[in-house]
Amino acid sequence: MTETIVIAEIAKGAVHPTTAELVTAAHALGGQPVVVVPCSDPSIADAAAGIAGVSRVIAAKSNVFEHYDAAGWASALDAVTPAGTIVAAATSQSKDLAARLAARRGISVVQDVVKIDGNNLTSPIYSGKAMQTVSLSGDAILTVRPNVFAASSGDGGSDVAVVDTTGDMATAVQEFMARATERLDVAEANIVISGGRGMGSPDNFVHLEAIADTIGAAVGASRAAVDTWDDIPHAMQVGQTGKMVNPNLYIAVGISGAIQHLAGMRSSKYIVAINKDADAPIFQHADYGIVATWEEALPVLQSAFASMMG
Amino acid sequence: MPNIVVLVKQVPDTNARIVVNGDRVDLSAVKKVMSPYDEFAVEVALQHREAAGGEVTALTVGGSGADKVLKDAKAIGVDSIVRIDCEDTLDSNALQNVLSSVVAELGAEVVYCGKSAADTGAGSTGPGLAERLGWASVSNAINVSFGGEITAEIPSTGGATRYAVPMPAVISCDKGGLKVRKPNVKGIMQAKKAQVDVRSVNHPASSVTVVNHTMPPAKPAGKSYEGGAAASEVAQLLRDEANVI
Ligand SMILES: Cc1cc2nc3c(=O)[nH]c(=O)nc-3n(C[C@H](O)[C@H](O)[C@H](O)COP(=O)(O)OP(=O)(O)OC[C@H]3O[C@@H](n4cnc5c(N)ncnc54)[C@H](O)[C@@H]3O)c2cc1C
Ligand SMILES: Nc1ncnc2c1ncn2[C@@H]1O[C@H](COP(=O)(O)O)[C@@H](O)[C@H]1O
Repeated sequence: MTETIVIAEIAKGAVHPTTAELVTAAHALGGQPVVVVPCSDPSIADAAAGIAGVSRVIAAKSNVFEHYDAAGWASALDAVTPAGTIVAAATSQSKDLAARLAARRGISVVQDVVKIDGNNLTSPIYSGKAMQTVSLSGDAILTVRPNVFAASSGDGGSDVAVVDTTGDMATAVQEFMARATERLDVAEANIVISGGRGMGSPDNFVHLEAIADTIGAAVGASRAAVDTWDDIPHAMQVGQTGKMVNPNLYIAVGISGAIQHLAGMRSSKYIVAINKDADAPIFQHADYGIVATWEEALPVLQSAFASMMG
Repeated sequence: MPNIVVLVKQVPDTNARIVVNGDRVDLSAVKKVMSPYDEFAVEVALQHREAAGGEVTALTVGGSGADKVLKDAKAIGVDSIVRIDCEDTLDSNALQNVLSSVVAELGAEVVYCGKSAADTGAGSTGPGLAERLGWASVSNAINVSFGGEITAEIPSTGGATRYAVPMPAVISCDKGGLKVRKPNVKGIMQAKKAQVDVRSVNHPASSVTVVNHTMPPAKPAGKSYEGGAAASEVAQLLRDEANVI
């Protein structure tokens, strides 16, 4: 049987759980999943070997993988990754890597796949305003949106082969600049609570932060909030010209739901909207819509969450 | 003095309603504009020229209708405008193939592009082009600065990482704190007169074929509540029904 290669998603020096979703996607493409783990410490590959439905694991070991560099990672992975169709996660780093690796192999890349039906792959286009289905002839690399495919579940236990590799780093890391707050980034969080112009003032974002701290969420913002208030940095902006987010839960507070904002968050699994205007477009996309001012709703939400979290 | 290229793509206005007719998106009634991130790429390219001298060439792949985005780039301040004449829909492999041959012909040392195009949303072109040219690349760059080498900040887990990027390089640009300049009257006049350098290049066959376009699956109507007190019920449902808390 042919092999389908999965590039493990690496976050904070470990194999990220979304890798088990990539294994499901590889099965949907029809092929034995081989997981390649970019690492400097091959012991992290054990987590990939524990995923059910994996036929074998290649721990690609190199000090190149200590810091991300697209050229270095693509060359080091290319050297040890078998030929065939490759699946990676549609995170910003892995999309970049997938594009470089595909170009290196002279094959095409299809990003942000949300559905696999035999040889047909579906991805959102025009920021989710339409869907495009394509078919492949020949090998390709595809990236799969996190939180879309079910994680491959059950017991795994495949062998890990450690293979040394090396690559040509093109860029050099000068400095890591930690965020001023401990809070999660919107692009990394499973729950995002965002405020818009309806919050009235940047000072009122403390109410969003309090809820975020209670439930482990990141705080985001609309462009109107970012553009109006200097205290709300662009890094918090969700949408067409901000970050694309795909969390399990997105809570929009005082956000009207402009098309460019929806572009960044409409694929969230659950959407809650709090807005005082019952006709705000955001309500058409909300699973749970609360027509109320944030002044009324947020204290109630905060205390309900607080009592749940114990 | 660097020879700078900036990639610009024509896309439907992000405010436009997208309709599917039969099994293809119908863009006949849609206004077309420069892809929003390409505006940032143009701005960074112009800042690079201001810091280091050199010339900026805007490059697009498209039919004659795409001359409009080149003229827009010219009005903002690029020096020359080049279109690779191609009406076909290209997959990433074919697109990067034609781009890399013309970027090489132009003798560029640095290419700026958008972090993703507003139509594809892919973000493949910058890194893929760099790989074909054997150049360095960074994606989603903000706070780009130009000394002997280029430095750029890239968001990473827990913050951002500043990279030194040796030229030649491809840099795909995010917004960050950038403010883009608007065309002035002189620029608009110059753009009217500017000649587009049209080139034709053979491209490899695409291995990715579009099967169809569809509208996104309609979301079932959600539950709606009046008044802030309902937030408590919603919190319960998020835990018990949606299982997300
Ligand atoms: C090229 C382009 C790119 C763009 N990119 C982005 C992007 O990346 N992200 C983005 O967000 N936008 C983007 N926009 C802007 C977008 O079009 C909207 O202008 C923006 O999203 C509006 O932000 P908002 O919802 O916070 O503000 P508004 O539209 O002003 O909405 C405020 C909402 O708050 C509600 N409200 C007011 N007071 C209260 C209260 N006390 N309690 C509860 N609700 C209240 C109001 O009813 C209203 O619905 C872009 C626009 C363009 C042209
Ligand atoms: N047909 C094209 N012509 C010129 N530039 C393009 C074209 N397609 C993509 N690009 C550039 O590559 C960026 C990323 O595009 P994509 O990889 O499609 O997301 C865009 O923002 C443009 O800067």
